[in-house]
Amino acid sequence: MRRREFLTLSAASIGGVLVYSLDREVFRLSAQTNQSVRIPLRFFTQSEALIVSAAASRIFPSDEAGPGAREAGVAVYIDHQLAGPWGRDRYRYTQGPFEENAPAEFGYQGKATPRQIYRQGLKDLKGFDRLKAAEQDDTLKQIETTLFFSLLRQNTIEGMFCDPMHGGNIDMVGWQLIGFPGPRMSNYDDVDKHFGEAFRPKPSSLHQVTRGKVRPSEDLE
Amino acid sequence: MKNLPSVDVVIIGGGWTGLLIAKELGSRTALSVVVLERGGPRKTDDYGEDMDELDYTIRFRMMQDVSQETVTLRHDSSQRALPLRQHGSFLPGSGVGGAGEHWSVVCPRYLPDCFELHSRSIEKYGSKRLPEDHAIQDWGVTYDELEPHYTRVDLLLGLSGHAGNIRGKQIEGGNIFEGWRSAEYPTPPTKIPYFSSMFSEAAKSLGYHPYPVPAATTSRAYTNPDGVSRPACTYCGYCETFGCMIGAKSQPTNTLLPVIEKHKNVSIRTGAWVRRIVHDTSEKKGKASGVIYTDADGQEVFQPAELILLASWTLNNTRLLLLSGIGKAYDPTTGKGTLGRNLTHQVTFPAVTAFFERPLNRFMGSGASGIMISDLDGDLFDHSRLPFLRGGTLGARSARSLPISECGVVPKSVQARWGSEWKKAALHYYDRTGRIGFSGEHLAYKGNYMDLDPVYKDHFGDPLLHLTLDWRENERKMADYMIKKAMELAREMGAKEVTSFSGLRSYDATPYQSSHVQGGAIMGSSPECSVVNPYLQHWQLSNLFVLGASSFPQNASANPTPTILALTYRTADAIVDRYLKNPAALA
Repeated sequence: MRRREFLTLSAASIGGVLVYSLDREVFRLSAQTNQSVRIPLRFFTQSEALIVSAAASRIFPSDEAGPGAREAGVAVYIDHQLAGPWGRDRYRYTQGPFEENAPAEFGYQGKATPRQIYRQGLKDLKGFDRLKAAEQDDTLKQIETTLFFSLLRQNTIEGMFCDPMHGGNIDMVGWQLIGFPGPRMSNYDDVDKHFGEAFRPKPSSLHQVTRGKVRPSEDLE
Repeated sequence: MKNLPSVDVVIIGGGWTGLLIAKELGSRTALSVVVLERGGPRKTDDYGEDMDELDYTIRFRMMQDVSQETVTLRHDSSQRALPLRQHGSFLPGSGVGGAGEHWSVVCPRYLPDCFELHSRSIEKYGSKRLPEDHAIQDWGVTYDELEPHYTRVDLLLGLSGHAGNIRGKQIEGGNIFEGWRSAEYPTPPTKIPYFSSMFSEAAKSLGYHPYPVPAATTSRAYTNPDGVSRPACTYCGYCETFGCMIGAKSQPTNTLLPVIEKHKNVSIRTGAWVRRIVHDTSEKKGKASGVIYTDADGQEVFQPAELILLASWTLNNTRLLLLSGIGKAYDPTTGKGTLGRNLTHQVTFPAVTAFFERPLNRFMGSGASGIMISDLDGDLFDHSRLPFLRGGTLGARSARSLPISECGVVPKSVQARWGSEWKKAALHYYDRTGRIGFSGEHLAYKGNYMDLDPVYKDHFGDPLLHLTLDWRENERKMADYMIKKAMELAREMGAKEVTSFSGLRSYDATPYQSSHVQGGAIMGSSPECSVVNPYLQHWQLSNLFVLGASSFPQNASANPTPTILALTYRTADAIVDRYLKNPAALA
């Protein structure tokens, strides 16, 4: 049994009011009350989670264009994914022999699982979370072409825009940024209208729309 | 091994073809019919809560589990093949309904000359114009013979569309280039969203003939001839890779299952993975005797049957025949043998990605709501000065704008792929980006084929299917030409910036193209050039029929499902009306 690891986030460090839905508990943070919350981690160690959080924030920064990976909870999303079936390659063909240097058009042919790729990648980024933003960008530029970086970039986008039940896109911040309303039962009256004008219904999550208990795949096995 | 009592009919696979023929046999005969589906069960109302892009589109929840079984690929027979370790260029389904559950329901018919491609091309161009190593041939069935069955399919699925040719009379607004149809579509075209309607205007002003994409999502509430009712589509946008939450998208589970469930003579066994078709040539010459499957508990079971209908997904049909040693495997060096030949994959790519000034509201739409043109399809335009034969359709569908898949696509003028500059552009362009897609014909070649892999195995230890597949100059030059035409259309639509597809090089197994991989157990007019006869009956084993796109000698530009189902209806008729009275070769 692994030691329980937590990611501690303070409201002051992120600012504003956010909701974290974890293990069916809801945490509401606010800068005024200076609360902090300890989020239980499923795969990462605390120091790994801090590096992932910092790196995802350089990929999808919080800036004048709006909130980013930090507010969306991308690190928590990635932690859940790696702990689940995807992280251990449950659905990939993993019989050998492996041809690690195959041409790109055959897809990823390596033996390492997402968990192993992250573990190694994060080891190489030791101390990353304590660097200044510009130094962090320089460090990421050096690993831009690695498999680890392309996974991290893809997972950051997933964590920004997934349904909130997966741990990312907290409060639907990602969907609000781009005007995506989430699942809607009907667009019948609008689909052939609003030509050339933004039509932006208020976003709803899958839980809100279906009022059901949908289980995300990372919790199923 | 457990031996079960014999049944009249075993159907291998519970997707579109297997369940359609199960419905027909259940309704029209008293035969005992067992459908063996290797995946899990599904119900009509399973999809109320599946609108989750991560699990369904990114993690492929509805697809075949490739950790158990995948295929291997090489570009030519001098290479060593590698397994496709994750889903990519095509998406086989799993479970009751198969790929018919997660499809995006684009439903055109094939052009009439596709069925006689070899003789028509020779007639018009002479044999010199055909690519040197081509393997194209006629189907052994014509469009005119198939038309009544196409019409049954229209009615079964409740297709939405606008006819362009009713019994030879051209009709404005429909596809005036299509083969004749005996009647208008059962439901009107889908609603047309902004992006697709801009494409329509641009196509008209460039002199093309745009028409609404024929769709198997009902544009209004519809009851089919079997009495199955489905509601009107609400354009929620969750079609491709999803099951429809309300059943407006026609799927085997909402169109066929409700009828099958009424017939006590038909049963569906899930978790039944068929490993071999047994054929005893010494005692019962020319007959298959049953199938061996592994059930959900890992037990091997022998199920004897009088009639066997192989109706699994295209590639799996060919693999099961190879594993069972039925027919002679194709040898590309001698050209002998027929099983595994004529592997094709519809030539499908996003011809251009166009970036617009105004928002498109692309979260609204359906898998097939959109506009397409056929002016550059088949042999409908002048090829005399072009370096390729045949063609395809260009279209602008308003589907698939889900944010994990689409956010982050930016024009070439933005260099960054992460960080603030990229983020700003990604947010701006997320709802200002649209694609003009191309779907083209893939000719068959002597060097594109399937056999069994010498190295890689499935979870039972059986060899994987081994694909040898690559593009040729005909497809590459056709692609280049179509990209230029799509570029003109995007400019006419007023796109601010346009990124064109980079062209076809080697076959790339990583980006999704279409699940229309075809051939392997092809139909034809003689056992020398085909595996099954024009009724999809095996030339050597008269009580074995092989249904689905494995029978297509080459790939047309159109998506195949209506053609697959039309051929299945034709086979159902041949079995009920002729074979059952005299169980022998039908051709």
